[in-house]
Amino acid sequence: MNLEEYKGVFVFAQQVDNKLSGIALELVGKGKSLAADLNTEVTAVLVGSGVKGLADELGEYGADRVIVVDDPELKEYRTEPYAHALAEVIKKYKPEIFLVGATAIGRDLGPRVSARVHTGLTADCTQLDIGDFPLNPMPGKEQLHNQLLMTRPAFGGNTIATIACPAFRPQMATVRPGVMQKLCPEAGRKAVVEEFNPGFVPNNKYVEIMDVVKAVNDMVDIMDAKILVSGGRGVGSPENFKLLEDLAAAVGGTVSCSRAVVDAGWKPKDLQVGQTGKTVRPKVYFAIGISGAIQHLAGMEESDLIIAINKDETAPIFDVADYGIVGDLNKILPPLTEQLKAACACN
Amino acid sequence: MKIVVCVKQVPDTKGGVKFKPDGTLDRGAMLTIMNPDDKAGLEAALRLKDQYGAEVTVVTMGLPKAEEVLREALAMGADKGILVTDRVLGGADTWATSQTLAGAIRNLDYDLIITGRQAIDGDTAQVGPQISEHLDIPVISYAQNIKIEGDSVIVERQFDDRYHVLKAKMPCLITALSELNEPRYMTPGGIFDAYKAEITVWGRADLKDVDDSNLGLKGSPTQIAKASDKVRKGAGEKVALDPGESVAYIMDKLKEKHVI
Repeated sequence: MNLEEYKGVFVFAQQVDNKLSGIALELVGKGKSLAADLNTEVTAVLVGSGVKGLADELGEYGADRVIVVDDPELKEYRTEPYAHALAEVIKKYKPEIFLVGATAIGRDLGPRVSARVHTGLTADCTQLDIGDFPLNPMPGKEQLHNQLLMTRPAFGGNTIATIACPAFRPQMATVRPGVMQKLCPEAGRKAVVEEFNPGFVPNNKYVEIMDVVKAVNDMVDIMDAKILVSGGRGVGSPENFKLLEDLAAAVGGTVSCSRAVVDAGWKPKDLQVGQTGKTVRPKVYFAIGISGAIQHLAGMEESDLIIAINKDETAPIFDVADYGIVGDLNKILPPLTEQLKAACACN
Repeated sequence: MKIVVCVKQVPDTKGGVKFKPDGTLDRGAMLTIMNPDDKAGLEAALRLKDQYGAEVTVVTMGLPKAEEVLREALAMGADKGILVTDRVLGGADTWATSQTLAGAIRNLDYDLIITGRQAIDGDTAQVGPQISEHLDIPVISYAQNIKIEGDSVIVERQFDDRYHVLKAKMPCLITALSELNEPRYMTPGGIFDAYKAEITVWGRADLKDVDDSNLGLKGSPTQIAKASDKVRKGAGEKVALDPGESVAYIMDKLKEKHVI
């Protein structure tokens, strides 16, 4: 493999039902800054059926070029034709970096593609940088420059590892949604659009879609929520969760809860955060009336911002909260919801 | 029908995360378990065995100690356990791990391969799909329901806001979610038999059609530049204000952090 042949930062522009997923724009934004460090361009790879129109949006959000792979076989996501599309794009265009969203689609597609083109794939990255590998000079080992350094949590978020892929290209990563920033769109900015169709001939690896059932339930998976409004026993009653639901609605968040709430039968197990529930890492975690048993903390302490409201000033939740408010949730939540509604309406 | 299930022995990060006084992970104090998604995959295989009749072979790659999870699988009802262990296989990333497991599976007859979606130590969700690529068979990940119909498997596959009902011709690889089912317990008779049962042990030489350049640390495209136990963050600010001031305080902080 001649590594020098591989140039440019490519991102998979995930779309579902011919609508770009948020992660597509986030990857374009991050790809753009990596490309700037490498003095190269960011290319979005758009795969689907009848999706060419989405190229304009990618251009406005910063893509320099859009490669469109458009074929009727690509209408709904299926592993094989999508993997074929990306693998062929990689073989033809030889990017040095290829980013995919760590979504249900990307985490299925990424490994299949990386295995096909024989390169490394780092899963679920939360930080990407251009730098040296090894990080510091080591005797007897050449220090390589301009490498993609991919940082990710492991062991349930208890360790952080930075990974490089020095001898294979492209350097591939799946990137956790909601972590990278999309750029402000620039109206009328155009990307160079290029169409590419490697041909899609069904083989044994094509699966048949017998049915597509949308919105299995209308609840957002709490693991995907960017803002969680989480309630504990201190909320007092199942009816009183209305205060949390109102707050969640005002900020576009989702309600979750502690184990005590599930054990009391107030909320279903799906919504439980903690060691025996789900591990969540939202941007904002409101802990409302949650005392913060260690089992609960293990499931949420990775949240970017933790705001706790509790009557008991000795509650352990305050040990991990960025901002702790000792007070009565019944008096704080209603006016907070009103103010948030007003603030979010102007944005 | 012949089913191969891949399982991994992992530290129990969910059941009892232990920390040292300095806030870092205390690995020595943690128990090992069968990875939960893998256990759900094994349960799915055993249910297919109950329903349609099948031979279930469980494969693990790891240190000799990983034999424990194979015995657990046998005690739950699996028919055969294969431990792939060799010094040269150590330090493998997902590419080299999937090459190793594919090399082992090539020695076996199979209609279906079931792996867990992801292991709770690495959380990559890569090895299953990569095995399918090396074996050139279809993959259906995130399975939430599995049925057999003739020479095909019908699977409900979970996405964010929908599920697909997918039909694939066997042989096929499926990755299972721990939400798929509630794994059965080992039976006392099963435990007794499992500890007498012979575990097949394979080393490097037993792997079929795999080049040395794809195995172990040397065969791993990804390399660790830095790893550190995450130091848990300490407490932030704590305030006790009247309700109006509390609301203003929270609003300020949300603005400061660009949430609103």
